[in-house]
Amino acid sequence: MSKPVDHVNIARKFIADEDHIQFHDKRLWSMRELRDKQAHGIPEWEDLRALASQIKEHTLSNLAGYLEEFERKAKANGVIVHWAADAAEHNRIVHEILSSRGVDLLVKSKSMLTEECDMRPYLEERGIEVVETDLGERIQQFDNEPPSHIVVPPIHKLARDVAEVFADHIGTDRNNADPHYLAESMRQATRPKFIRAGAGMTGCNFAVAETGTVTVCTNEGNCDLSANVPPLHIASIGIEKLIPRMSDLGVFIRLLSRSALGSPITQYTSHFSRPREGSELHYILVDNGRSKRLAMEDFWYSLKCIRCGACMNTCPVYRRSGGLSYGGVYAGPIGAIINPTFDLKKYSALPFASTLNGSCSNVCPVKINIHEQIYKWRQIVAEAGYLSFSKKMSMRFAGKLLGDPKRYRKWMGGAPQLLAKLPRAFLYNPMNAWGKQREMPEAPKQSFHEWYAENRKKENK
Amino acid sequence: MNSRDSILAALREHAPAAKALPDVPMFDVGLPETLPQFIATFERMGGKWAGTVADIEAEIRARFPDARVVCSAVPEVAGTRRIEDVSDPRTLEDVDVGVVRAAFGVAETGSLFLSEAEYRVNALGYLPQHLVVLLDTADIEPNLHRAYQRREFHEARYAVLMSGPSATADIEGVLIRGAQGVRSLTVIAAPKV
Ligand code: SF4
Repeated sequence: MSKPVDHVNIARKFIADEDHIQFHDKRLWSMRELRDKQAHGIPEWEDLRALASQIKEHTLSNLAGYLEEFERKAKANGVIVHWAADAAEHNRIVHEILSSRGVDLLVKSKSMLTEECDMRPYLEERGIEVVETDLGERIQQFDNEPPSHIVVPPIHKLARDVAEVFADHIGTDRNNADPHYLAESMRQATRPKFIRAGAGMTGCNFAVAETGTVTVCTNEGNCDLSANVPPLHIASIGIEKLIPRMSDLGVFIRLLSRSALGSPITQYTSHFSRPREGSELHYILVDNGRSKRLAMEDFWYSLKCIRCGACMNTCPVYRRSGGLSYGGVYAGPIGAIINPTFDLKKYSALPFASTLNGSCSNVCPVKINIHEQIYKWRQIVAEAGYLSFSKKMSMRFAGKLLGDPKRYRKWMGGAPQLLAKLPRAFLYNPMNAWGKQREMPEAPKQSFHEWYAENRKKENK
Repeated sequence: MNSRDSILAALREHAPAAKALPDVPMFDVGLPETLPQFIATFERMGGKWAGTVADIEAEIRARFPDARVVCSAVPEVAGTRRIEDVSDPRTLEDVDVGVVRAAFGVAETGSLFLSEAEYRVNALGYLPQHLVVLLDTADIEPNLHRAYQRREFHEARYAVLMSGPSATADIEGVLIRGAQGVRSLTVIAAPKV
């Protein structure tokens, strides 16, 4: 995020490297398949999706009331509650809490919200070491990249990439790309940090108004270490995370990990209601554009999102392009509808990074009409005049092509000679259409669609 | 206006039309027998099912012959360190095996309910290299809807549904146990005394 040039380079490398893109595509698709298996194993799956959607819509229609209830309960439970209008205020509050207690090391578990706030550099500039304790997030922190997937942050990397990163940062053997060796090395490097840290930080998957409880779903145990070892725990909470009742968790926990990774539940589903004896618990309720989004008639539904990543796993464009090419905190279909609410101009290309096949909406556990929102964003981008002339041409072509499944499939399958004639800014070339860089980067020897076509030919043989 | 009030005011001003809050059914009709389902799911999540054993302390010794420090929070196991003697969670760093009793289990997800009432020191569930949990198999809820009805969720400061050992697949999709928390999680069937 801080270095847009890197994204272009990474996307170029990614697209050009067949190993990477094949692994990426396969791995995401296997997550999608595992998800389907789990979903089919539960007769009431569709009822649960409908309930989750209704509960979220109800909560969002009375979000102010539920936030007040949540705050009241939390305070009565001995939690210190803060409110942050935006990322800057969030970071300021975290820094104030830490510096006033002399904390110089913060261990944290994964949080998309703190990514959104770009919190790490803010604290590090002020002398506080921040250690991401989720393995994937730590890899991305070392590599100075944002997460490329909301559930599996380094999904675009192969083990050999991780070996390079770890060799540079924790002194592992550069030539040893055994995932077991790499993960064990990280365990050894991180564990002492939990002991030395003055504070731990977590995100929040669900905030229960009825009880003032923050629920966090993780697999590594690093969240529970971060929250239960140091004497101070800060939880950053997006205000849209509210749900009314403890019993609503039954619905959401049943859906979340099944949709995300295709497992019945995460290894750890942790509920924080009151501070541990002798320790402090702080909640920071963060708006950062959410109240503005709630006011958008067509787009407030995106606030129902529980960040499962299912729409990314199923999206053919995401699978074949990599999360970094979206250039924002959120990638994939959900990124295409959330990022433009932060900065329409900057992310004006994202709504076009879609085939509108509707697969995202079909898997979404809270029934967000993702592909319809993507279509609506296209109209807004066009109306706002953020399509350059050349892009307009390619988009018009793309719009026709991708809006028409038959024609799309025909193009994908049977007209390779057409590929060479496509405008460079065509959707399937993220370096141009999706990179945040306005300058045109040097064209790769083999563009993505050319690569795709070649592979397609091979596959069809 | 401070941030709190301006956020709340903005949310009130732009609230979508009111929508009803649905009742959530228990979805608990015709569910499979709880114990076999618990075992199957728990093992799928990477847990080790030890079943009923003659001597719990001996079983732990046999399973972890190299363990030097066994920290116990249950009367059934003496261990080498009592959790009652631990005040600073950080001192659990050298523990090889932690032992605790779950309040109850959940069959659907193979989960164990644990809170400070069971742990005394919560870090017991995460800092040791291995964790052994005693479970009364007569107290297993069939699904998560039923589990969230339990009063324990409302009483706990901290509560976790633990459904296996620490796990990650962040490096090339390869499943690895013991990313940060415990490397293994073993359940021994033992009625509450
Ligand atoms: S939009 Fe739906 S499918 Fe995508 S991450 Fe959010 S909840 Fe999951």
